[in-house]
Amino acid sequence: MADLRSEFVGIKSPNPFWLASAPPTDKEYNVRRAYEAGWGGVVWKTLGEEGPPVVNVNGPRYGAIFGADRRLLGLNNIELITDRPLQQNLREIKAVKRDYPDRALIVSLMVPCEEDAWKAILPVVEETGADGIELNFGCPHGMAERGMGSAVGQVPEYIEMVTRWCKQNTRMPVIVKLTPNITDVRYPAQAAKRGGADAVSLINTINSITSVNLDNFAPEPTIDGKGSHGGYCGPAVKPIAMNMVAEIARSPETAGLPMSGIGGITTWRDAAEFMSLGCGNVQVCTAAMTYGFKVVQEMISGLGQWMDEKGHASIDDVVGRAVPNVRDWQHLNLNHVTKARISQDDCIKCGRCFAACEDTSHQAISMSADRVFEVMDDECVACNLCVNVCPVEGCITMETLEPGMVDERTGQVVSAEHGDWTTHPNNPSVVAAE
Amino acid sequence: MGNSPHTDGIVAGRISADAVADNFSDLHPPLDDHEALVAADRCYFCYDAPCQTACPTSIDIPLFIRQIATGTAESAAETIFEQNILGGMCARVCPTETLCEEVCVREVAEGKPVLIGQLQRYATDKVMAQGKHPFTRATATGKSVAVVGAGPAGLSAAHRLAMLGHEVEVYDARPKGGGLNEFGIAAYKSVDGFAQAEVDWLLQIGGIDMKYDQRLGEGLTLEYLQGRHDAVFLGVGLGGVNALRAEGEDKEGVRDAVDFIAELRQADDLTTLPVGRRVVVIGGGMTAIDAAVQSKMLGAQDVTVAYRRDKSAMGASEFEQVLATSHGVRIEFNAQPVRVLGNGKVTGVEFARTTSTGGELTPTGETFEIPADQVFKAIGQTLTTDAGLTVERGKIAVNETGRTSVLGIWAGGDCASGGDDLTVTAVAEGRDAAMDIHATLMGEGA
Repeated sequence: MADLRSEFVGIKSPNPFWLASAPPTDKEYNVRRAYEAGWGGVVWKTLGEEGPPVVNVNGPRYGAIFGADRRLLGLNNIELITDRPLQQNLREIKAVKRDYPDRALIVSLMVPCEEDAWKAILPVVEETGADGIELNFGCPHGMAERGMGSAVGQVPEYIEMVTRWCKQNTRMPVIVKLTPNITDVRYPAQAAKRGGADAVSLINTINSITSVNLDNFAPEPTIDGKGSHGGYCGPAVKPIAMNMVAEIARSPETAGLPMSGIGGITTWRDAAEFMSLGCGNVQVCTAAMTYGFKVVQEMISGLGQWMDEKGHASIDDVVGRAVPNVRDWQHLNLNHVTKARISQDDCIKCGRCFAACEDTSHQAISMSADRVFEVMDDECVACNLCVNVCPVEGCITMETLEPGMVDERTGQVVSAEHGDWTTHPNNPSVVAAE
Repeated sequence: MGNSPHTDGIVAGRISADAVADNFSDLHPPLDDHEALVAADRCYFCYDAPCQTACPTSIDIPLFIRQIATGTAESAAETIFEQNILGGMCARVCPTETLCEEVCVREVAEGKPVLIGQLQRYATDKVMAQGKHPFTRATATGKSVAVVGAGPAGLSAAHRLAMLGHEVEVYDARPKGGGLNEFGIAAYKSVDGFAQAEVDWLLQIGGIDMKYDQRLGEGLTLEYLQGRHDAVFLGVGLGGVNALRAEGEDKEGVRDAVDFIAELRQADDLTTLPVGRRVVVIGGGMTAIDAAVQSKMLGAQDVTVAYRRDKSAMGASEFEQVLATSHGVRIEFNAQPVRVLGNGKVTGVEFARTTSTGGELTPTGETFEIPADQVFKAIGQTLTTDAGLTVERGKIAVNETGRTSVLGIWAGGDCASGGDDLTVTAVAEGRDAAMDIHATLMGEGA
């Protein structure tokens, strides 16, 4: 069996699956149960400064988007940081860490943007024996209105400043959690790196309104007829998160900066994809909130099976493997030609490929009177839409034309040479350069 | 009463009232909201969908299922009723396994079709439970149409004609409407008085005058109707029953299956309905299965359906055959009745064993007896009156829009040529004839 042990910025855990800072990690009771279920680490739900804790709404905190059979695809929340007293959280963290020394325990923090506030909390956290801290610069609701959370994460200079304060005032590794509610994630990541962060974690939740109640015209979750934007997470946000991870991984300024991947990770496969894009480990929340702590067992067994099948001995063999293949569009090979192929043995004759191609794409699929659907190579631009709308996995595939073959659509012989936009005759920049 | 399934003769109360009630409860309990959403989610919204093509009334099935999936069952029902005003009954009685669900791409792919029939019931029940009628009548045309027969074909024609603005008078030989929906099909397919509720709901369109206890050929004549109305639609069904042409079929205990089913459907208390200890049903269609299964449900000990040809030729669908056998009915294939046995009262039936490979029915020379104290004949129905119209293979000859050999007279449903004796086909024929009547009448007026 592959070695799933993880060491992330010096923090060891038996597997790369951590629970993200969120309701599942709000107290000792849950965290003990999570460790017993097999989670490699936990990021304790965000602590605030000493004093009266924040309060939460007393109506619904969550809204959701569903797929077929009420499968939860996206979750939105308007919950704040921990609403329990600081000292109680610290006592519990210390007790849990003492009993589970082999598991990672990170403490998420959010205090006002003043150096004294950070100086006050860092020593008391360090005293618990926690393995590290994560700076919550991401929460998009409530706390941001008070100058914390994403209000900090949206200003790179603040990120750099607070990160530096933390690095100067603690020996613990500092992970900076990034908000996706920005225009270009590379700038906050660079700021974290300049401030001395050991790692970044991303993404935090996305500003969202999940639905509107059409009886009273109020956004949901609705509190006394009103609603606030909340933070969106779950499987629906995974593509957005992975792109942000990849942008940081392949940016020269931040390449090599350790990343903890967060965003809709539900299965071992999601985790492997994040790690291949450069994440040293992953954090999970919505999957646990949907299915309970036990889901980690499938993640552990699945990742191990896949690594064994592919011959990856350790986590390090996987991390970052996909990064070199993430490129700008202009470098994609325009001489690579594919055509859709419909397997008549697998086709169930629903006609969705035909409707999609005929109505919305390139009119490249024919339909016979007895419902045989075939691709017309002289029209097919290989857009892949038919593959994506076909309900039968593997029924429609893309076949690569070998060099020397003729693309019937263009009449051109397929070239063996790489040819992209940077050298294409239609590119005005190329002409200008000549 | 002390009777049991083992009591000899034709007696009532063989099983407890609770057991009867349980047996005659809904064959397919309705889907609840969540079940409907799960079932609707399975639809692929096929292009030019095979299910819609397979439906005799061409209901836009992918559209109505998508309307259910998006929480608008009322719109779904309207999609259904636009094509098939008896969509509620058809959802219950259609042999979906040989129509829409047979060609569902998920049946082809996985052997598990989308539950089209049950989803149709979900949508139509919802609207009918609200008492809402989704259609209104067009401006009055001043034309009047007679519809003879208040079964599926007649009701469908009457509704469409009324909707288009014509005045409609519906004549039926029975004291209430619904035709085979009310008197013919098995009770467990239409529980809680659904057939009558559907007639009442359909009549909400207005402009339809129901005239009961008026039988064509018995006082009511085509001449009278032609004189009184601008057009006539005949949906009289098949009132007669074929003879066995086997010796002894007049013995006590031998009966037409359709009469038994009609009596059962109209009974207030099924525990008072007598049934034999050993029942033999002769025939191979839906009526044979309905009579056999219901005999078993009333508490008969042994019930056998005897069919003269083999399984592949049987008119009853595979689903109906399995329904019968799962209720303990035995199906005897290649059994042709030779004579009904007994001295006054029936004691059994003698059969000749046949072979029917290649369609040719040949006796093998072997004979055998099945004991019985009750025999039901279910070997097909016949037209009772042709009203002077051209008849073709025992049915009133019609073209594709239901025109008969006489100008101004249309026909549809089981009495007319071209159909396949299904409720849904009768509905389609009634609707299409109504459209042709409308075009003809309005063409004249223009």
